[in-house]
Amino acid sequence: MNALKGLSAPLAAGVVIFGLWQGALSLLDPDGFVLPAPSEIVGALIDNWDEVYQGTRITGFVVVSGLLAGILLGAAAALLVTRFRTANETITPLAVAVNAIPIIALAPIFNNWFGLTSPRSNQAIVVALVFFPVFINTARGLVRVDPSQVELMESYAANRWRITREVRIPNAMPFFFTALKLATSLAVIAAIVAEYFGGRQDALGPMITQSAGLTRYDEAWAAVLAGAAIGAVLYGVVLVFERVAMPWHSLIRSHREEP
Amino acid sequence: MNAIDVRGVAKVFNPGRSNQVEALSGIDLSVESGEFITLIGPSGCGKSTLLRLIASLLSPSAGSVQVNAKPAEQARLDRDYGMAFQTAGLFDWRTVAKNIELPLELMGWSKGDRRRRSAEMLDLVKLGEFAKHHPSELSGGMQQRVAIARALAFSPSLLLMDEPFGALDEMTREHMQDELLRIWGETGTTVVFVTHSIPEAVYLSTRVVVMSPRPGRIAAIINADLGDRTAATRDDTAFFKKVTEVRVALRDVEG
Ligand SMILES: Nc1ncnc2c1ncn2[C@@H]1O[C@H](COP(=O)(O)OP(=O)(O)O)[C@@H](O)[C@H]1O
Ligand SMILES: [Mg+2]
Repeated sequence: MNALKGLSAPLAAGVVIFGLWQGALSLLDPDGFVLPAPSEIVGALIDNWDEVYQGTRITGFVVVSGLLAGILLGAAAALLVTRFRTANETITPLAVAVNAIPIIALAPIFNNWFGLTSPRSNQAIVVALVFFPVFINTARGLVRVDPSQVELMESYAANRWRITREVRIPNAMPFFFTALKLATSLAVIAAIVAEYFGGRQDALGPMITQSAGLTRYDEAWAAVLAGAAIGAVLYGVVLVFERVAMPWHSLIRSHREEP
Repeated sequence: MNAIDVRGVAKVFNPGRSNQVEALSGIDLSVESGEFITLIGPSGCGKSTLLRLIASLLSPSAGSVQVNAKPAEQARLDRDYGMAFQTAGLFDWRTVAKNIELPLELMGWSKGDRRRRSAEMLDLVKLGEFAKHHPSELSGGMQQRVAIARALAFSPSLLLMDEPFGALDEMTREHMQDELLRIWGETGTTVVFVTHSIPEAVYLSTRVVVMSPRPGRIAAIINADLGDRTAATRDDTAFFKKVTEVRVALRDVEG
């Protein structure tokens, strides 16, 4: 019920925006290549359904696999770093240094490593981009615990792993899911931009560059729309997992005002 | 047998560094089994530090802490302590009953025993119908009662409390004091209780330990032999005389 309520507002906003978009274009009637009307984009989507569907599958696979690997690595590194001092002293500066690199700019270089038409390089870009927000946020949640909860566990003679399990991990969950919501959109952006430079040629990225190069802007937009759909679906999946994993969290939200 | 023996204890934080703090110095304190001791003194005089030393959450820089005739560290490993702090420190991700069962889980109690025990404890703090609620659904006073139930769940021989009622309003606070005394009477636990409030210290304890700051020392120990506390105690002249006695001792301390 709540989920439906949460969806109705953005859906209505979407309808209004697309309505205004279509209306404004029919009034102003600019040249087609500036911005196609929503109706033209939908038309292109239907005409090129097979290609768009194939592209969505290819890009979707890069996004999902890269996302999963990035999340796993980020969460594991966060656990290591907060559990072992030496891990913290090596991984954290390394991660900060890696994050300072404009990773997306590495796409042409990665292509050389993994082969120009292999999706591996695109996956690697997605993993690298997803890793950092997951790592930093999760580590923050693992550390920023109520000190009296840790003291309480110590007074029960609980060992460090038990404290991690009972206090740190549950405390990090909201931080982790905040990072995941960020990571889903990052992953789609990373995959498509990386595909501009290489990987499989039937993915969404090449479809956008090729259509635009042939001035078939309605088809380029149809591919962009497909990319947006991947992001939206993944975001929804994260929301569902969040609810399942933290049933207590919606309670907290409804009882305390959160900023 | 003494429940607690603190002998010549000193605590220095960050020794040898620019931010060195001499938190406690020359502390001697013996607490008999079944006593209710309160620690009172100006803020920063080392009350919490002394409590954490007794709990073996900190180790002393000098001297020794014995609990139940063994080193405090051993007492902690033997799970002789129940603790409660100023913030209830309940786990939002556990229900109220599951919060109380946490120490029991750590001690390997069976599921059935845990259920039975948490139900008993919830009755003791009069929150029986809230077992399945989450902490965020409870008021501050109710959360503090759950924290006390959690601290008492495994019948620890020692209950250590650091300003547990500090964040409560006056009405709730007095009510909680009466509940704590009732529970103390029923369980016979030894209690060490840190507070800022003079009437609270006098009302609750068998002895009031007055501490002085920089470095933290014990300035005076005042017997609060007022007999059984009743509704009339708070209006008693003997009660007021004790309150004055503690106040004078504190005034000397703060100079
Ligand atoms: N972990 C710590 N590190 C450094 N200084 C501390 C620490 N804990 C307490 N202190 C210092 O020790 C002194 C006593 O603190 P505390 O025991 O908390 O006092 P109280 O509980 O009586 O207010 C204070 O000066 C405080 O700043
Ligand atoms: Mg204190």
